[in-house]
Amino acid sequence: MERVLFGDNQFFGINHMSEEKARAQAMRFQDDRSIIELLDIAYAAGIRVFMCTTHARMASLCDHIRAHPERYAGFQLYPCMPYAHKYADAVTEHGMIGALKRFLPEERAFNALFKGGMALATRDLEAIAQLLIDAEMKSFAGLETPIIFLQNVVTDLLLGLGFVQAFRMFADHVERKYKAEAGFITMNMPRLLDALESVGIDNPIICANINKIGFRMCGGKELYEKTIATRQFRPIAMSVLASGAIPPREAIAYVCAQKQIRSIVFGASSRSTLLETKRLIDELSQPTPSPDSAVEDAFSTGPRHVA
Amino acid sequence: MTRIGVVGLGKMGLSHLAILNAHPEAQVAAVCDSNSYVLTTLHKYTGLRVTSDYERLLTEVELDAVVIATPPRLHSEMVRAALERGLHVFCEKPLCLNVADSVELAALADERGLVNQVGYHLRFVASHREAQRLIRAGLLGRIHHVRAEAFGGVVLRAAGSSWRAQRSEGGGCLHDYATHVIDLLTYLIGPPERVGGSVLNRIFSDDVEDEVYATLYFPGGTTGQLAVNWSDDSYRKLTTRVTIWGTNGRLSVDRQELQLFLRDRPSDAASLNKGWNIVYSAGLADGVWYYVRGEEYSAQLDHFVRSVEARRTPTEASFASASQTDRVVGLIKEDAIAPRSAGDHLTYQARPHRRKSFPRLRRFFVGSP
Repeated sequence: MERVLFGDNQFFGINHMSEEKARAQAMRFQDDRSIIELLDIAYAAGIRVFMCTTHARMASLCDHIRAHPERYAGFQLYPCMPYAHKYADAVTEHGMIGALKRFLPEERAFNALFKGGMALATRDLEAIAQLLIDAEMKSFAGLETPIIFLQNVVTDLLLGLGFVQAFRMFADHVERKYKAEAGFITMNMPRLLDALESVGIDNPIICANINKIGFRMCGGKELYEKTIATRQFRPIAMSVLASGAIPPREAIAYVCAQKQIRSIVFGASSRSTLLETKRLIDELSQPTPSPDSAVEDAFSTGPRHVA
Repeated sequence: MTRIGVVGLGKMGLSHLAILNAHPEAQVAAVCDSNSYVLTTLHKYTGLRVTSDYERLLTEVELDAVVIATPPRLHSEMVRAALERGLHVFCEKPLCLNVADSVELAALADERGLVNQVGYHLRFVASHREAQRLIRAGLLGRIHHVRAEAFGGVVLRAAGSSWRAQRSEGGGCLHDYATHVIDLLTYLIGPPERVGGSVLNRIFSDDVEDEVYATLYFPGGTTGQLAVNWSDDSYRKLTTRVTIWGTNGRLSVDRQELQLFLRDRPSDAASLNKGWNIVYSAGLADGVWYYVRGEEYSAQLDHFVRSVEARRTPTEASFASASQTDRVVGLIKEDAIAPRSAGDHLTYQARPHRRKSFPRLRRFFVGSP
């Protein structure tokens, strides 16, 4: 697994801090060329992974990468599925079953699945899930996708429902069909790790918020630290900067001080932020960091109030 | 341990179910829905007890409370049945489609000492709580005007087939979107007493309005404007904003950020600046025990469970406060069809309303999986 992963929230108008900033970013990146420009900067800086939502706009970005294999040698994509709003809006408009119909490849397949009635429910569900995964993966055909993630809204919904067998179905399908490992994004990392182990997914890849102020770390920061330090899994830290609530050096020092954290995913909408964040991660990931004040600061309790 | 039945497994019901199922003090005793495929699948993979018959849920399962997330048309009858059996009730918004039912249910719940709450989750957003605190501290001076907006892009063509596209089911932008910000205004500064200049426009929908505009009149001379549109896909998802002008400044708040401009800094507010003050929900939010899609969804259910445990009323977003929203919705509907002067634009009446007949509640929940 690569140490530094480039994320995509900034490209699709997602900002956990400010609606205004989110809109400004949506405008800035509405042309694919502006996204590609930043991907190229990331690639030139040595970043080899783009961790991206299966947003409709990924189709043309994937086309671009496929069309320029020499420019993107060794470049990998970690798709994160699904883009949940697409489904949520469809449910609002068409109801639960109506929405499902819209996203399955052809209506006949759907009707065939439902024709058998209740007795087939078990088999149907897995078949439906596979069809949905395949639909989400269509854009990525021919590209390197060694890890495929389940987005947090879906992971955490299934986890809350206690429907943990679904994680196994997901992992099995992406392994069988795409020769990929499953990854899971969550806001409830310790609980998810228990669930994944319970269905035999050992040493799982879990991407979770890991940041100094405990932002969206359910179960609490201490439990996260203990889980990371003592249990067998491959953590990827996201929301390291807590949407800008923590100064970059302090934020990255906190994560890098936890040696078991494999990777860090971050987004950036400017060349300078991208390069500076990458440089900080490289610097603070050195095997024997000097015990400089930033690392110590990282473990002190900072103010939670951002003004 | 509070034993809860979850009724209606649409988008909100499933979300509530996942959050409650992970709550340390709640036990989901059974779930109820009319879709037997959903029930069978859920039972198979989670072991949850399921039924498609609401009356059987109430009579055969030992419950302390129910969470009702069915289409709004069904709320009043279902809530009443639960209250009459002595159950605490959390009901999705809007509480009822007419204010008389809401007021009656609020009275019934209070008379029986039952905890009652409506799913107005915006009250549990950190920036909104902070806004209420600042307003109550009088920082804005005398409030003279407010603007409440909600935009999103969920209805972009006429094809909608779910209950949200049907007026008689309680669909439409007024019930689905506008109620959120009307309730938020009630939470922040109290409910308006009158409305005027109301507009309910259709953009794409056949049977319901897609945008809502109205002028609001509050006690004491404060005025307000409401602007809501669920057919604006320049917004990625439901986005609300309330802006409040007072004699000492302006406060603008959305789900993520609070911007406060103060003309003068009050002597007792040392942490605030004269001029701009920006506070982010990310820095304010208390952690929740389980997160699915926003702290506020978890926080509102935690509030309900804790209130039931402590038999504590009134809750935040009580039936009584939600009935204020239903009252304002009723006023806007009346105002929108009231005859006006020349140039009338009676959009809400523009097409004759096709009355469909609906099965009775009993028939909606028949059989078992």
